[in-house]
Order: sequence, then structure tokens, then C-alpha cells
Amino acid sequence: MATKKTITAESTAPVITVRDDIDTATRLRIYRSIFEIRETEQRAHDLFLQNLVKGTVHLSLGMEAIAAGCGVAMEPGDLTFCTYRGHAHTLARGVPIEKVLGELMGRDIGLLRGKGGSMHLTSVEHGVMGSYAIIGAHLPIACGAAWRAQYKGQKDVSVCFFGDGTTNIGAFHEALNFAVIWKLPVVFVCENNLYMEYTPISEVTAVKDPAAGRASAYGLEPIIGNGQDGDEVYRIAKAAFDKARAGGGPSLLEFKTYRYSGHSRADPAKYRPAGELEDWRQNRDAVKVYRQRLIDTGVSEDEIASIETDAKQKVDVATEACKASPPPPAELLTTDVYADGGWAWRN
Amino acid sequence: MAELTYRDAVARGIAQEMQRDPDVVFLGEDIAKAGGVFKATVGLYEQFGPLRVRDTPISEQAILGAAMGAAMTGLKPIAEIMFSDFIAVCFDYFANEFSKSRYMTNGQVKCPLVVRTGNGGAARFGAQHSQSVENWCMMIPGLKVVAPSNPRDVVGLLAAAVRDPDPVVFFEHKSLYAVKGEVEDGEIVDTLGTAKTVRHGTDATIVALALMVPRALAAAEKLQAEHGINCEVIDVRSLVPLDTHSILESVGRTHRLFTVEENPRLCGWGAEIVSIVADEAFYELDGPPVRITTPHIPLPSADILEDMAIPSVDRIAQTVRRSLES
Amino acid sequence: MDVLMPQLGETVAEGKIKVWFKSLGDTVAAGDNLFEIETDKVSMEVPAITGGVLSEIRAQEGDVVPVGGVVAVIGDSASAALAAGAKAAPAKAAVPAPVTAAAPAAKAPEAPKPPAAPAPAPKRSTVAMDPMREVRTPERNFGPVRLPNGVTVTPLARRLAFEAGVNLAQVKGSGPHGRIIAGDVQAAMASGSGRAAVSSGPTLAQVKALYKHVPYEEVTLDGMRKVIAKRLVEASQTVPHFYLSMDVNIDRVMALREELNASAPKNAAGAPSFKLSLNDLIVKAFALALTQIPAANAVWAEDRILRFQQADIGVAVAIEGGLLTPVVRNADTKSVFTISTEMRDFATRARDRKLKPDEYQGGAAAISNLGMYGIREFSAIINPPHATILAIGAGERRPVENGQGGVSFATKMTVTLSCDHRVVDGALGAQLLGAFKSVMEAPATMLI
Repeated sequence: MATKKTITAESTAPVITVRDDIDTATRLRIYRSIFEIRETEQRAHDLFLQNLVKGTVHLSLGMEAIAAGCGVAMEPGDLTFCTYRGHAHTLARGVPIEKVLGELMGRDIGLLRGKGGSMHLTSVEHGVMGSYAIIGAHLPIACGAAWRAQYKGQKDVSVCFFGDGTTNIGAFHEALNFAVIWKLPVVFVCENNLYMEYTPISEVTAVKDPAAGRASAYGLEPIIGNGQDGDEVYRIAKAAFDKARAGGGPSLLEFKTYRYSGHSRADPAKYRPAGELEDWRQNRDAVKVYRQRLIDTGVSEDEIASIETDAKQKVDVATEACKASPPPPAELLTTDVYADGGWAWRN
Repeated sequence: MAELTYRDAVARGIAQEMQRDPDVVFLGEDIAKAGGVFKATVGLYEQFGPLRVRDTPISEQAILGAAMGAAMTGLKPIAEIMFSDFIAVCFDYFANEFSKSRYMTNGQVKCPLVVRTGNGGAARFGAQHSQSVENWCMMIPGLKVVAPSNPRDVVGLLAAAVRDPDPVVFFEHKSLYAVKGEVEDGEIVDTLGTAKTVRHGTDATIVALALMVPRALAAAEKLQAEHGINCEVIDVRSLVPLDTHSILESVGRTHRLFTVEENPRLCGWGAEIVSIVADEAFYELDGPPVRITTPHIPLPSADILEDMAIPSVDRIAQTVRRSLES
Repeated sequence: MDVLMPQLGETVAEGKIKVWFKSLGDTVAAGDNLFEIETDKVSMEVPAITGGVLSEIRAQEGDVVPVGGVVAVIGDSASAALAAGAKAAPAKAAVPAPVTAAAPAAKAPEAPKPPAAPAPAPKRSTVAMDPMREVRTPERNFGPVRLPNGVTVTPLARRLAFEAGVNLAQVKGSGPHGRIIAGDVQAAMASGSGRAAVSSGPTLAQVKALYKHVPYEEVTLDGMRKVIAKRLVEASQTVPHFYLSMDVNIDRVMALREELNASAPKNAAGAPSFKLSLNDLIVKAFALALTQIPAANAVWAEDRILRFQQADIGVAVAIEGGLLTPVVRNADTKSVFTISTEMRDFATRARDRKLKPDEYQGGAAAISNLGMYGIREFSAIINPPHATILAIGAGERRPVENGQGGVSFATKMTVTLSCDHRVVDGALGAQLLGAFKSVMEAPATMLI
């Protein structure tokens, strides 16, 4: 296979080798996932502007390759733990689009029938064990799930996604130490999109690489990858998952990436320097990068177009299904507070 | 029938459940090889081994997060938070995580776990190691809250907590660890949400929890002996679920209610009980319901000061007598 | 497609258009920034989510639009020509503007209804639900916590007293500050003090047991029946009644009535303009009697008596399911015609249950007339706090001894005055009844 130009987070035009260690079927899965996430997140954005999505949404526009690369690298039965910016990771495990959009829209069709919302997407049947909206809380929880696998001799890996801002909260450090001393099959994936909410991460972090820079403190290898390149994400993730599955203990991965929108829908992201967003969009966009990768590896334009058309259509169909769905019934208000299905705290 | 200390009963209760169910695992600081700082878990490490009884770092968030992750994927973990005061450093898991996951996920995620913790004062540990914080947990929908007052209930309620499909916070009282009591042989499994009438009486109902139960009992004996006042004493045992039937039924007979709480006054659990009684048993009341609590202060360390703060036998007896006789 | 003012954070109610990046008629692509908005939290560009032609701009720079309000419309190419035409016109004129001008610290306007969302708004579910059943509040009350004499009663004591029919006014409190506690009520029950003459009667279960072999229909009590039951039990138990009866010759008052009715002007159809009833005249006569015996024109008020100058008289009106007692005010000074008109109105509205509370409250005495049913005589229960009630029997021709030692016939009516002994003693009651008889038998005085 010929040497091709590709892109990393550090510069817009370095040269690395396109390796043929990933088969085409896998690449097509990765692209389908990247593209579906892009289209769905864009739709979530549009539905918000139509006031059909209420509250707030935290979009992964720009960051799709990480969820997609990791999602494809995961085995059925592996567990996903993600944050309030978790639409992408949820979709990447095969959760139907209408269940995600429906939850954002507060409809009965939603994944949680409107009881969770955008920040709490969960689908146990797809291995999506929850989206956690308190920064850092899910790292120890992922450790617990990994402990169960270790204790019961089960082979699944717990994969925990979080942002660069999470690396400065206590639970991050407690979880890393805990995972290492118990040698748990858990992989921590830091999506470093350069901003903790509204502030550049470099301004509030003691080390240059917020996750990788801490790895050595816990006896872990510092691993940094280009989060805009689905192949690189897939390779790094797969290696870490294989290691965990084989009993080799936890890994901490840091992927450099960029979010196109603000932190949430209330954030216009005015704090970013002029030209930064345009640079990422034009030169390192996850969809563009991977589309080119497919072409470079011999996938036909027709095949790519059919994936794209199919994804757009799925998003359209899902949107209509959500609009047609009724709101959750009133009786849902008090269900599942306790295991008996209800809310009663007294006799 | 054996006479056990409250602390021995903790180990017996955990052992009973670990023996029954291999999915029951136990983690916490110093709980394994050291047998617990209160020596309440001695022998479990030896009996069940390092995979099931695990020492952790001083990482309360990691302990509870791990317990939750394990619970939601199939284990039945028991986690220890050494002093209940430390709940404050990992309150997220109580307030936001294992309490709410079932509801938020529309029933998909279940967290059958138990958090055991050393609660309460009278041990001269000062303001950060002496609090009664059961009310912190009582206010969170999705949690169950239990606090036994005697060795037999420790075993029975701990077993019930481990078998319960919801997250249960199990408050052991530090000042009761040395107290002895009869515990029958064989498996003991109690029922959460059941109060127990530990003394029958006709003149007033005293509702108490944990360390306040023996004190309320002693006060009742004193009132009987010195003033001929015959009090009924109810051990609430479980704040959530709350056995209001037992309390309302008793107030329906005695027509007077006293709650004895170790919490500082504001928003202590007695307030909820008084509110329910004032509402539903209003026309049974022959006098205002009275709360006997620790004042709204941090607990001091010096014995003479701490004893003034936490409801004592004398204070309970005097309050009841004054209220009934004035 | 409508371009809406987005919700920029859950606490934001409106946004101000800071700057427009596009002009009317411009072709826009999805993702192009249309305008920038400013809220109290942020300022932010709003992109188009669909391509087309900006065919309408409804809010100009500086305008404030509520969240969900339409800011602009992006049309397809068909409407482009239309927009191009409109472009020449001043932009403001093209705007039907559901917007308010920007004002400093403009409060959220009385939310102009957000336009219908593109999708049909789903119907709200209406399933009945009661998460508030966490507390079961008793539905009954057992009387006030503080008695009129200032003594307080514990909730339990109130319930016990109510259930046992103990008059709390006669119970001495042994609790703090003289509060009546359950023990005081129990002592009163045991000793019989404070115990009303009649117990509250057998329980539902006891009554049902008596009739278990007999078919019956159960009638639940409506509000009026409950009030009647409660007030009359209270009255018969707490008001010391005694009864005075007297025969009244009504020949002259009947004649007067006939004369007056005959004089009534007739309308075109020959119907008289008024028709006095005997009862109207009785009301007037009783009113005059009350003013003549002012000590009896009074009510009992716990520890004192209130006497009145005017005669306000309640008149019992039977209605479906019970009775009401509207009060004729100042009956002593009103003409019989006025009384008659008022009574007719009262009776009609009482039957429709349209009386206002202040129309059946008050008064110092009442009249209950069962003469039209042929009742010869009866005694009535006083309607507290009235001091008396006058029960009217049927007028009938009775033989009387005439001046010549023979027998002649006169129309006579037996009336019975029930008196509250606390206000009206025997002699006083007799005086009142005598005064009534005098007026009735010399009815011309009613016309003065």
C-alpha cells in the first residue's frame, strides 16, 4: 500500500503511512458510525433550534472519530460508560437513532422514555451502562464493572469516556489508582477537545497533556492519539482493549480532538481564537479525514455515497418517528424510584 | 442462642450473606487484613479470602463507584465507609448516582448494594467523626436507610439489606459496637421497613433510633419508677422504608408522641415523623408532639460537653415528664 | 421554514437580535449564520438549519423575541420572487412583528404564544395520578381549637367530645393554661357533667344490625342535611327549651286579608297585582309583638344577651330535601305588602337554593307554619342563637261560648312559642305571645 498524506492533531499536514492492518469491512463500519454520529448530532442541533429539543444538549460534532473508532473496536458485551456528552458513544454501540433523538425530545419513544434526557442516555442491552453528568463519577463506576468481570472471570472490558476537564477532579485520580492496584480490565479514554467547558484546558492543568501527563503517576504508559483519525483511534483502542481482556490491566488513552460547537447549547464558544474552528473543520474534520482514507484505500465513491445516503435517511426517518411519538404517560412520573417499581417510601 | 457484641454481629451478618451468595463481595478501608478499625469485620478475610474481602485505598469515591459498578453488572457488594462523616467526601454517589440510576434509566440499571458506615457520637471523637448523618441519606429518593440498635437486629437487618434489590445505607452506631445482646443461632433475616415496639406503655410513645433506643428505654423505666408514667418505646430501625403504621397505631393508643434523635435539630428524621403524626393522627393527639434532639451545633469532643449535647436518659425523662405533667 | 428564537439555556425567556448577517431575499445554505442574538446569559450566532431564500424577516436588529417566537422565514425558490419584490420595501413594513421593541431590562413579555411547532404538539396525557398520597390527612374536623371563652382544647379532646356529645363549654380543663385534654372529656363523660341530654345515638352498625332482614335504601347526607342534623342536635341539646301555647281568633285578620286582596288593582288580564297570604300577616304581627316586648327580641351570646331594636324574623321555608329560614329584616316597619313580596321572592330562591348566606343568617326569632298541612298544633326547635320560634297550626272553625251563654263558631288557630329559657322566662314568653294575639285579633294595627 502506498504512502499517503494524513493528518494528526499536532499539525495540519504531516506525513504518516496508511497501513493496511484494518480490513475494508471494518473501515466501512467506522465510517458509517462516524457519519451517523455526525448526522444525528447535527439533527439534534437543528431540533434544538426548532425548540423540539428542550433543556440542553452537549454535542460531539467534530469528535465523532473517537466514539466510532472505539465503538468498532469494542466486542459485544463490552461496557460503555460515558459522560453527559454521550450521544456519540451511545450511537456507536448500535443504539437506534430514534431512541436517542426521542430521548432528547422528551418523547415516549426515547431510550429512557423521557426520564433521563440528553445527559443520561443508557441502554443496558447495547452495553451502554450510562451517561453520567457529574464529572468524574463514572470512572470509579467503570472500575466496579471491571471488578465484576475480573471476579467472575468474564471477558468483557469496561470502557470509560470522559473529557479533558475530568482529569482535574479527584475521582479521576482515585479511579486510576484503584484500577491499577486491582489490575482491572478497564480502559479510560480521554477526549481532549482542548477546552474544559469554557476555558482552555492548558490554563487550568499542571501538565501539557491532561491525561497522558498523569499516566506515569499511576504506573501507566502515556498514550496519545489523533482523535480525528478513525484508524488511529481504532488501533490504539483495540490494543488497549485486548490488553485488558488478556488480564493486562487498565490503560489510559488520550485523544486530541476538537468540538465544533460550544460546551452546551447555551455556549456560543466565543472564547476560541479566530480561525481555530475553521482550521479544524477544513483540515482535520473527522468525516473528511476518514472519507479520504476510504478513497485512499480503494473504496469507491459510490459505496461511500451509499453509506452517507443511508445514514441521512435513517436520521430523517428517526426524526419523523420522534415527532410522531407521544410524550411519556403521566404514570411514568413515579415509577422505578425503588425496585418494587414505584416510589413508596412508607407504609 | 449466643451472646454477641454489636461488632461481632456485624461480622456474623456479613459472613452469613457471603456464605449464602458468592456474588456478595466486601470492600473498604482496612476491612480485610486489619479486620476493620472498629474490629467489626474480624475474620472475614480469613474466611472468604482476598478476592471477596478487599482492602481499598483511602478513596471513598472509588469505593462507592466500584461498589456501584459491580452492583449494576451483577454483584451484591457491601462497601464500608469507615466513619459516616466521610459520606460527605463521596456524597455524589449517594445523592446523584446509585440513588437515581434506576429512575433515570427507566428501570434499566439496578444497584443492589449496601453501604455500611460507623455513625453517631458519644465516643469523644469531635465534630468530624461523631455525627449522626442518617438524615442526609433519608432525604434522597431511591435510597433505603437502616440503623439497628442491637446485635440481633444487626444480623437480621444486614441480611435484609444485602438481599434488598435497592441501595441500602446501613448505619452502625459506633457507641453500640461493644454492647452485648442475645442472638439466636442459625440464619436470621429481618424485614426492612418494620419498626419494633421494644417497650409497651399507655401514656406516651417514644420513637427512637440506634443509640437513642437504649436511652429511651432507660428513660421509660425511670419515668415508670419515679413518676408512674408508662411509656411505649418504638425502635424505628428503618427510616426508609418507614413503618408509619406502627408509630400511628401506638400514638392512637397513647395520644402523645416524643421522638429522640441524635441528629442536630434542623431536618432531623423526627421532623418527618412528627409531621406525619400531626397530619394523620391529629385527632389522636392530646398534646403537642415533642422532638428531643441534639442542638443545632457541631459536636464537641470533651466528654462533659458532648454529653450535654446528645439526648441523655435524664433529658429524655425530664422532657417527657414536663410535657405530660405541665 | 420558520426560524425560531432558540432556547439558550433553560433560564432564558427571550433573546435580542443583535445583528443580521443576511438580508431579505438572500439565498442561504444550511449552516450559514443568519443573525446573532444576545440574552442575559450569552450572545450567539444562529445558523440556518435549512437552505433556501430568506423570504421574511420578522424581527429587526434590536428587537426582543420570546423563546420560540418566529424571527424569520426561509422559503423555497417559489417564494423567492415574492421576497425579491418585498426587498424594495422598507424592511419594517414587511414585518407583522410578534416582537417587542428592545427595552433596557425588558421583563419577559406576557409570553406571546409561541407559534405552533412544525410537528403537531403531542397531546398531554391525562392519566389521574396521586403522588401526593404520601400523607393521609383526616377529612373530618371536630371543632375549633379555641372555645368562645378562650379555653383551648387538644385535638384528641375535641374528637372525643364531638363523638360523645360532650359540651366542651361545660368541661373544666386540667392541662397547661387550662387546656382541655382528653382526660377532662373522659371525666365529664363519666360523671355526666357536660354530657348533653341525649347521646349522639346508636352507631351506623347498630342501626343496620336492627334492620338486617329488611330491605332499605341508603341515603347519603348532603351538605344541607348535615348542617340541619348538626345544628338541631346542638340546639335540642344545648338550648333549654320550654313551650307556651295559645289560641288566636283569626276571623278579623282573615277578613282584613280578604278586603285587602279584593282591593288589589287588576291588570288587563284581570289578575290582581298582589295576593297577601295569612302568613304575611302573621310575620307582621309577630314583628310588632317583638318590638312591643323588647326583652324577648334578643339572642343568647355565650355569656350575655343581645337585645335588638328592629324585628328580624326568620321564616322557615320547606324545600326539596330540607328547609331554609330566610330572614325578613325590619319586619316591624315594613308594610305587609313589602313583606309579602319579599317572602315570595325568598321562597322561590330558597327552592332553587339560590339564597345567599346573609339572607338566612341572623334574626332573633323565627316562624314555622304547618297550618297549610292541617297540623293543629306543634312545637318547634329553636334555631340558635334565636331566643324564640313560633309554631303556627291550622286555622279551623271551633265552637266558642258567646256572650249570651250560647255557642257560636270562630276561626281559631293554635300557636306554640318555643323559648330559650336563658333569654326568655315564662312570664316574658307569655307577654310576647299575648302581644302577638292582640295584634292578630285587632289587625288594623298592622296597617298603621
